[in-house]
Amino acid sequence: MQMYDLPDERGHFGPYGGVFVAETLMHALDELNEHYLRHRSDPEFMAELAWELRHYVGRPSPIYHARRWSEHFGGAQVYLKREDLNHTGAHKINNTMGQALLARRVGKPRVIAETGAGQHGVATATVAARYGLKCTVYMGSEDVKRQSPNVYRMKLLGAEVVPVESGSKTLKDALNEAMRDWVTNVADTFYIIGSVAGPHPYPMMVRDFNAVVGRECIEQMQELAGRQPDACIACVGGGSNAMGMFHPYIDVPGVRLVGVEAGGDGVATGRHAAPLSAGRPGVLHGTRTYLMQDEDGQILDTHSVSAGLDYPGVGPEHSWLKDSGRAEYVAIDDADALRAFHDLCHLEGIIPALESAHALAQAARMAPTMRPDQILLVNLSGRGDKDLNTVARLAGITI
Amino acid sequence: MSRIQGRFQQLAAERRRGLIPYITAGDPSLEVTLALMHELAAAGADVIELGVPFSDPQADGPTIQRASERALRGGTRLAAILDTVGRFRTTDPRTPVVLMGYANPVEAMGHEAFATRAAAAGVDGVLLVDLPPEESRGFVDQLAARGLDPIYLLSPTTTDARIAEIARLARGYVYYVSLTGVTGARHLQTADVASRMQVLRRHLDIPIGVGFGIRDAASAQAIAAVADAVVIGSRIVEEIEGSPPGEEVSRVGTFVRAIRQAIDAVPASA
Repeated sequence: MQMYDLPDERGHFGPYGGVFVAETLMHALDELNEHYLRHRSDPEFMAELAWELRHYVGRPSPIYHARRWSEHFGGAQVYLKREDLNHTGAHKINNTMGQALLARRVGKPRVIAETGAGQHGVATATVAARYGLKCTVYMGSEDVKRQSPNVYRMKLLGAEVVPVESGSKTLKDALNEAMRDWVTNVADTFYIIGSVAGPHPYPMMVRDFNAVVGRECIEQMQELAGRQPDACIACVGGGSNAMGMFHPYIDVPGVRLVGVEAGGDGVATGRHAAPLSAGRPGVLHGTRTYLMQDEDGQILDTHSVSAGLDYPGVGPEHSWLKDSGRAEYVAIDDADALRAFHDLCHLEGIIPALESAHALAQAARMAPTMRPDQILLVNLSGRGDKDLNTVARLAGITI
Repeated sequence: MSRIQGRFQQLAAERRRGLIPYITAGDPSLEVTLALMHELAAAGADVIELGVPFSDPQADGPTIQRASERALRGGTRLAAILDTVGRFRTTDPRTPVVLMGYANPVEAMGHEAFATRAAAAGVDGVLLVDLPPEESRGFVDQLAARGLDPIYLLSPTTTDARIAEIARLARGYVYYVSLTGVTGARHLQTADVASRMQVLRRHLDIPIGVGFGIRDAASAQAIAAVADAVVIGSRIVEEIEGSPPGEEVSRVGTFVRAIRQAIDAVPASA
């Protein structure tokens, strides 16, 4: 069997991916690709990244066997990859660390980022502070309202947070605005994209920086359980935590890869953020991928209790993994995600991010149908501290 | 010979520079768009660039973003824009029309269906800003098969190799974006544009239109001195945005006539 080696030279994963940007950005992307490929094969750069991940981020993150939660299902054993224990509380810093190091190496004194829930913004502001880089974060004004603790975190870290008022005022519009900043200030600015989305080389680069998650899983599962899981489960907004976990497993036979999209009020209602489950391919944000769009190709507003999954597109590699059948994608609606959120709090003493709660809910759906000697590995991609206000409000509590 | 090619040959024969105004279709309505197109032609437009609104206009600044939002709020659809061009053509068979927009709405209609309907409506060229040459082979074939010109952007950072590649595919004219940034940006450096034109002309044998940062008679004149045509977008959209309802056409007409006059005052030998 041929080893998986996508994307191709121009960033294609089958019919997906590529570079769909205005001519004004082509040179910057070509240059970034060149820089990245050079540094990826530079042992000194990779050693520096590994050192930072160990001593600053706190890697490797542990895998935890959630025994009480597993017993509660009476089926498969559920293991959690604890990305929530990373510095800044999510997997996002794996990528921002890599890109910030790259920005420094190529001599760009300013970094910019888009953010939805604020986790990527915080992770970018953090590494910018760590390396003395000037930092601007674009955030939809709707998200600024619902994620105010993260806005303050970014400001504490010295970043400028710019609320974006255009379009739906959420993540997709923040990405548009960050792209506009980049094209205007490309000479001194490095754009740290937060997901496996956008034009080549971002989907590949962000995946590579997050793939440390899957590589650790392969090693740790062998140590902990003596074998690999029957399925890996991860939530998918843009899809960076899922891609990071899935990628090293693509060539591992017998491991199902299950991506979980945000079902919002339910896929049937149309109020969701599940392009792989209910969208069709198109071109947005520099790449060809599954999108939520109307029949005229206009991008639709998305709905999810979790700001981090509230995105109408998805990384192009997920589109390819879906079509090729190597990964399967399902949707979990708000109510089921919240149930899993509360169960994990009560039964394991872990407050998960609402994004990760979608993956947990899928494990809760699968585990009871499986045997106790089978294993589900869930990427617990972030911790839920940032979501306390949202969850309290849904329970009618003001904190 | 395509309508665009014919117009530029006529301009060259008359030793004049072209004027290419841009408006967003459906801003504030397609009825007004149709009236604006006729007014632009009467005011001296050589090519009309008609924007197809998109929900996520990444390469556009705030002015054209707002125009797209207004058009989409009014329910403007690509099929209706093509119908509007068709209506324009029934009384104006001369003025070339170029559709300018983003890849996704066109892809949603289907490349072949779009090319067929655009050609039937009397569209002359198509510029999809986020469909660079590497990704546009199939689409260009669909356009070429129906006599539509693929228009491409060039930027200050486009390498020689890419200029040569774009020169191979482009028909009608190319659109040189005179500064890195989004539409509506300021700070035009005309000296940089002039030196860049010399590089571009080594590779290109079709006319070069220059846009981005052109806001008044003076900047239009400065660009007309070095380019084959002047493209003005955001500044015209600002006229529409700032106009009381019903006065859009006369306001845009007045503005564009002044630009036309300024461009025609540039000495032909420049």
